[in-house]
Amino acid sequence: MGALGFILNAEEGERSWRLAEYVKRGGYSALKKIIDENIPPENIVAELKKSSLRGRGGAGFPTGLKWSFMPRQFPGAKYVVCNSDEGEPGTFKDRDILRWNPHMVIEGMIIAGYAMGCARGYNYIHGEIWEIYKRFEEALEEARAAKLLGPNILGSDFSFELQAHHGYGAYICGEETALLESIEGKKGQPRFKPPFPASFGLYGKPTTINNTETFASIPYIIREGGQKFLELGRPNNGGTKLFSVSGHVNNPGNFEVPLGTPFKKLLEMAGGVRNGHKLKAVIPGGSSMPVLPGEIMMETDMDYDSIQKAGSYLGSGAVIVMDETTCMVRALERLSYFYFEESCGQCTPCREGTGWLYRVVHRIEKGEGRQEDLDLLLSVCENIAGRTICALGDAAAWPVQGMLKHYRSEFEYHIEHKRCLV
Amino acid sequence: MAKIEIDGKQVEIENGRTVIEAAHLAGIYIPHFCYHKKLSIAANCRMCLVQVEKAPKPLPACATPVTDGMKVFTASEQAVKAQKGVMEFLLINHPLDCPVCDKGGECELQDLAVGYGSSASRYQEEKRMVVPKEVGPLISTKEMSRCINCTRCVRFGQEIGGIMELGQAFRGEHAEIMSFVSNSVDSELSGNMIDLCPVGALTSKPFRFTARAWELSHRRSVSPHDSLGSNLTVQVKNNRVMRVLPAENEEINECWLSDKDRFSYEGLNSGERLTKPMIKQNGAWQEVEWQAALEYAAKGLRQIADGAGAEHIGALATPHSTLEELYLLQKLVRSVGSDNVDFRLRQSDFSADGKQAGAPWLGMPIAEINTRDRILLVGSFLRKDHPLLAHRARDAVKKGAQASIVHSADDDLLMNVANKAIVAPDAMANVLAQILKALAAEKQAVVEASVQSAEVGSAAAAIAKSLASGERVAVLLGNFAQQHPQAAQLQVLGQQIAALCGGKFGFLGEAANSVGGHLAKALPRANGMNAAAMLAAPRKAYILLNVEAELDTHNPQQALVAMKAADLVVALSAYKHQATDYADVLLPIAPFSETSGTFVNTEGRVQSFKGAIKPLGEARPGWKVLRVLGNLLNETGFEYDTSEAVRDEALSGVDVAAQLNNAVQGVALETAGAGSGSLQRVSDVPIYSADAIVRRAASLQNTRDAEAPCALMHGAELSRLGVHAGEQVKVSQGEGSAILVAAADDRLPQGVVRVAAGHAATAGLGAMFGAVTVEPITGGRA
Amino acid sequence: MLSQDAIQKIDREIAKYPAEQKQSAVMAALAIAQMEKGWLSTETIEAVAGHLGMAPVAVYEVASFYNMYDLAPVGKVKITVCTNLPCALSGGVHAADYLKQKLGIGFNETTPDGRFTLKEGECMGACGDAPVLLVNNVRMCSFMQPEQIDRLLGECQ
Ligand SMILES: Cc1cc2nc3c(=O)[nH]c(=O)nc-3n(C[C@H](O)[C@H](O)[C@H](O)COP(=O)(O)O)c2cc1C
Ligand code: SF4
Ligand code: FES
Repeated sequence: MGALGFILNAEEGERSWRLAEYVKRGGYSALKKIIDENIPPENIVAELKKSSLRGRGGAGFPTGLKWSFMPRQFPGAKYVVCNSDEGEPGTFKDRDILRWNPHMVIEGMIIAGYAMGCARGYNYIHGEIWEIYKRFEEALEEARAAKLLGPNILGSDFSFELQAHHGYGAYICGEETALLESIEGKKGQPRFKPPFPASFGLYGKPTTINNTETFASIPYIIREGGQKFLELGRPNNGGTKLFSVSGHVNNPGNFEVPLGTPFKKLLEMAGGVRNGHKLKAVIPGGSSMPVLPGEIMMETDMDYDSIQKAGSYLGSGAVIVMDETTCMVRALERLSYFYFEESCGQCTPCREGTGWLYRVVHRIEKGEGRQEDLDLLLSVCENIAGRTICALGDAAAWPVQGMLKHYRSEFEYHIEHKRCLV
Repeated sequence: MAKIEIDGKQVEIENGRTVIEAAHLAGIYIPHFCYHKKLSIAANCRMCLVQVEKAPKPLPACATPVTDGMKVFTASEQAVKAQKGVMEFLLINHPLDCPVCDKGGECELQDLAVGYGSSASRYQEEKRMVVPKEVGPLISTKEMSRCINCTRCVRFGQEIGGIMELGQAFRGEHAEIMSFVSNSVDSELSGNMIDLCPVGALTSKPFRFTARAWELSHRRSVSPHDSLGSNLTVQVKNNRVMRVLPAENEEINECWLSDKDRFSYEGLNSGERLTKPMIKQNGAWQEVEWQAALEYAAKGLRQIADGAGAEHIGALATPHSTLEELYLLQKLVRSVGSDNVDFRLRQSDFSADGKQAGAPWLGMPIAEINTRDRILLVGSFLRKDHPLLAHRARDAVKKGAQASIVHSADDDLLMNVANKAIVAPDAMANVLAQILKALAAEKQAVVEASVQSAEVGSAAAAIAKSLASGERVAVLLGNFAQQHPQAAQLQVLGQQIAALCGGKFGFLGEAANSVGGHLAKALPRANGMNAAAMLAAPRKAYILLNVEAELDTHNPQQALVAMKAADLVVALSAYKHQATDYADVLLPIAPFSETSGTFVNTEGRVQSFKGAIKPLGEARPGWKVLRVLGNLLNETGFEYDTSEAVRDEALSGVDVAAQLNNAVQGVALETAGAGSGSLQRVSDVPIYSADAIVRRAASLQNTRDAEAPCALMHGAELSRLGVHAGEQVKVSQGEGSAILVAAADDRLPQGVVRVAAGHAATAGLGAMFGAVTVEPITGGRA
Repeated sequence: MLSQDAIQKIDREIAKYPAEQKQSAVMAALAIAQMEKGWLSTETIEAVAGHLGMAPVAVYEVASFYNMYDLAPVGKVKITVCTNLPCALSGGVHAADYLKQKLGIGFNETTPDGRFTLKEGECMGACGDAPVLLVNNVRMCSFMQPEQIDRLLGECQ
C-alpha cells in the first residue's frame, strides 16, 4: 500500500483504525480546535473554499461551494450524508479509508455537521463490504463513548448524531439522490433535480452529500489550513487524491498522491504493466469515463483539469489499466452489461437504451455484428446521454463513445472476422 | 409571477409552476406520458423534453420550474430530436399490437407514435415479455408487456387511493408493475388506474374486448349511487351501456370515479331486469300489457282509499330514485288523500321531523372539504360509503388537517386519524356531549345541564382540544349517524360543537337524492307516517318505488311482515326481485341510464341528465308510469309531456340554496351514558350492497368488498361467547336469525357485534341497531 | 414469523432514524430477516411490512431492487463472484469458471445437495484484490486463485 498522503498514512497493521491510534496521529484535534476556539461555521466553509477541495465522488464539484448552499437559517432538521456506496467499477478507495481510518471520516462528518448546522448524519456504506460496515459501527461506538459524537460534543452545546446505513447491492445508490431514497426505505431511484438536496434532501430536508474521501480530507484542512491543502496539489485541484489502480498492473492497490502527479509515475508505483506487456488503454476515472489510449495517458497528469483536457474525466480516481492482450469489444461488452444490469429502470432512455447497447455489443462480440451497428450504437448513445434523470445514462453512453472513438477499427475487425483482433 | 415565452407565445404564470403547466395555459401541447396534473411529478418517461434557452441539454417540461424570462421551444430541432429519441425507446419493447389492443383508438402511446415515431424499427433484438399476474375481478394485467413504466398507477395508489397495491418491482429493463405476489387490488377507487394507464397495460376486465373505442357513443350522465353525484360519461353501443367513465368535474369528482360508479353498469344489463309488467293472479305471476297492469294497480289503490281509507296507503321510495319520480310519487299518494310517503328508508329516529329548518345537506361545497384544517367525522364508514369524499378528506389531512372520529367501528380510512373515540352505538351521543363540554370549557362558553353532566374522557378531551385549535372546522355526520336511533341527538350535539368552533356542520348524504327527496317533498308532513311508522304499523297497500323491502330498509324483518300482510303491493322496479313473494303488481321502470331525471347531490347541486339509451324491453321511465297512474286514478295535475316539466314544477318557486339548512330546533338533549348491557348490533351497508343496481353488478360482486358478511366482534367478546374466529354462529334479533361466520376485529368496541345490513344473508334480522344475541353453533366450524 | 432476536435487531435499526421514519429500516430489516431465514419468502416480506407499517408491495419493491436479497431459496453457502471489467482483467472470470467447474453448476444455480449457490456479482469495491468473491453476503474473500478457492470450498463442506 502506497502512503504518500495523510489519509492512508496509517500503515496497515493490527488495530491501527482504533480511536486511540487515530488520536495519537492527531485525530480529532481539528474538532477540538473548532469547539475550543468556538470557530464560526462560516470560517470553516471559507477554509474549504481556500483549499479548493473538489468532491472525490466523481463529479469533482467544489466542496466549499456545496456547503455554502445549505440554508443556514432553516429551522428544523438538516442532514449530512456520507456516500460510501463505492460501486463504480475500478474504485476501491473508500473501503480502504473506512478500513484503516474510519475516525477520520467521522471527524470530517462531525465538522460538516457543525459547519452546516446539522444535528444528524448518515454514512451509506456499500452492501458488499459488511466487515467494513461493522467496523464503522464500532468506530461510531468508540466516538460516542468518548463524547466526540452524540449530545453536547466535548462538553459544548453542539450535538451531532451519526449512524451507518448499509446498502444491499445497487450501484445506482451511489448517485446521491438515489442514495437518499434508499435511506428513506425505498428503491434507489434517483430524483429529478431541481430541487437539489441542499433544499430538498433526506426526508425532504436540506442535506449535503459528500464522498468518503471528501469527508476524510476535512480534518486535515481544518488542522493545517486550506492553503496548505491546496499546495499539496495544484491550483483548482487542491490536495492529495487516492487512485485505485486495477487491471493489468503488477501491484494493484490504492495510491495517495498529490493531484497533478504524472500518470507515468502512478503506473510505476503500481509496479508497471504486468509481465512486461505493453500498455494499451486506460480508463482514468472509473468505468463510466471514456477510455483513453495508453500513449495519451503516458503524457497526462492525474488531476481534474489535465484529464479533462486529454478527453476523459478524473471521476472517482479509479484507474483501470489494460495491456495489449485486451480485446476492447469484450471489455466494452462487460461494461455495457453492467450499466444494463444496474439501470434503476425509472427513465425511458436509460431503461430501454442500456439494454439495446448491451445487446448490440454482445452480438458483435459473438460474431453476429453488422457494420451499421457501430453507427447505431453511437446514435443510441446520443439518444441516452443528456436525456435521463441521473448521470447513469451518460455513464452508460460514455464508455461506448470512448471505445468507438479510439478503437473503432478493432470493432470493425471483429465484425468482419467474427473474432478478436488480439 | 414569472413571464416566460413558449414557442414565441408570452405566458404569465405563478412561480413554482412547471413549463408544462405554462404550456397548457398558453394552449400549447407538449407530448407526455408520466405527467398527470393530479399526481406527483415523476419525470420518468422523458417524452416531454423541450429545449430551454441557455440549457445545455433538453429538459423535461413536466418537472422544470419556470423562471422569469425563460424561453422554451417545444418543437425546435433539439426538442423534436429528443422526443423522437424517447419515442423510439418506448416502442422498442412495446408489442406493436394496436389492432388487437383493447386501448386501440384511445391510446396515448398510439396517438403520439403517429407523430413522433418512425415507421421502421432499428431495434432488431428480442423484445421483453412480462408474465401477467392476477389482480382481481376489475383490472386485467394480461397485457403487462405493453407497460411503459410511467408509474402513474403506482402513484395513484400512493397519492389518491391512499393505499399502495401496485408497485414497480425489480429494476432496469426488468422493472415490472405488479401487486404483491398474488394480492388483489382491492381499493374502492381502483378503476381510475385503468383510465390513467396511457397504454393498454391495465384494462377493464368487465369491458375488455366487448367493444372498440370508436364504436361507442358517449352520453353525459350523473351517478345514481352515493350522494356525491359524480359526473359520468356513459358509453353506449347498440342501445346497451358498455362502459362508464368519469366526466371531469373539478368541483365534484375531479377526474375520478369510485369503482361503484364505474362498474355498476353491469347491473344495468343484468338478467334480473324486469322487462314486462306483471300481475299476480291466483298466486301466479303473469306478464300483462301495461294498460292492464296499471289499471289493476289504480283500481286496487282506489278501492283501499275508498274503503279502508287513504291513510291505509303507504308509499316508499329509495333515495336513489330521481327527483321527478319522488315528486310524482308524493303527488300521487297525496292526491288520493294519504300523507304516508317517505324515502328515508334506513333512518330510525324521526324525532327531528318538523323541527328541521330545511333539507339536511353537506353544509358546504364538496370542494371545501379539502380546505378544512379540522374534521370531526361522526358515525361514518367514510371510505366505503363515500369513496371520493374520503379521498378529499385524505387530501386535507395530507395538507395538515387533523381528523378525529367518533364511531362504533374503526375501519382503516387510509389516512392519519389524530384522535378516535370508538364506542358502542348507545354511547355515541354521550361522547359528543363530552366533546361539547370540553370544547365549551376551552372556549369559555355555557352549555346546557344535560351536557354539563357528561364526564369528559381522554379521547373526547383530545378531540375537543384538536377542534378548538382549528380555524376551518367541519363536523360531518355519516350514514351510520343518520341511521342511528339517536340521530337527532347526534345532530344537535354535532351542530353545537361546530358552532362553538365557528365551523361548518353537515351531513354526508346517504344516496344520490338524499337532498332531492326533501326538495321533492317525498316525506310526510304533519299528519303522515314516516318510513319506519308505515312498516311498524302495517298498511293495507304499499307503493314501492325502486325499493327492495328486505334490503333497503332499517328493519327488514318488520318490512317483510308488513309487505306480506298488505292487501296490495305495487312495486315499481327495474328488477325482478323478492317482491315476487309479496307484491301484486310489478311495473318495470327504467334505471337512470334509460330515463331522464335529476339528482340533487349532497352539496345541493341540482344535476339533470338525459337517458343514455332507450328503456330495455317494455320498461318505462318511472316518471311516466307514475304520471299514467295519476291519470288512471282520475287525478288532475298529471299532464306532463317531459320529465323537465315535472322537475320544473317540483322546483318552481324553490330557492334550493335557501332550502338547504341543517338547523334543528326544539329537540331536547338526553345525553345519558350507555347502559343496556346487552350485545348491540353495529351495522354498515356494504359498498356493493347499497342499491339495486350495484347488487347486480357481477364483477363488483366478486370483489373482496362484496364477500359474505361475518359476525365481527372484539377478540375478548369472542372468548366471552366461547367462539373462535372462523366458526359459525347464530345471530338472532327479534323473530329472526342468521347463521354467520364469526370473525375477530379488535378495533371494535366490546359489547358490540358488527353485522352488515342491506345483504340477503342478514335480511332475516331486525333493525340495524339494537340488541342482538350471538350463540355458538356446536360443531359449527365453517 | 420473525424471531424475537430478529425483531430486537430490527428495532435497533429503527432507532437509527427519526421516529416517524420507520420505513428507513426496511433494508436492514430485510437483511436481518434473510440472515435468519436464508431467503425472503412472501410471509417473511409480509412480516417485515407489518412490523414497519409498510404496504407489502412497497417492501417487495425494495427486496426486488437490491441484488443481495434472495427472493428464492439459495444454498447454505451463497458465493457471489465479481466478473466486472477490473476483476475480469485480473482473473475474475477464471475464478467464476473454476467455481462452476468445481461445483458443477452455473450462475444462479444451486448444487443438488443444496449446499452451494453461485451468483455473478457486480463491482464490490475491491477491484485491487481481484479475483474477489462474497460468501453469504458478509464475508469478502480476496485474491481468489484456484488454490484459495479450493481451500474455501473445503472449509464450507
Ligand atoms: C450512477 C452514479 C453513481 C455514483 N456513484 C458514486 C459513488 O459510488 N460514490 C460517490 O461518492 N459518488 C458517487 N456518485 C456521485 C454522487 O452522485 C455525488 O456527486 C457525490 O457523492 C458527491 O460527493 P462529492 O461532492 O464529495 O464528490 C455517483 C453518481 C452517479 C450518477
Ligand atoms: S438514468 Fe438510469 S439509473 Fe438514472 S434515473 Fe434514469 S433509469 Fe434510473
Ligand atoms: S411527462 Fe415529463 S418526463 Fe414524463
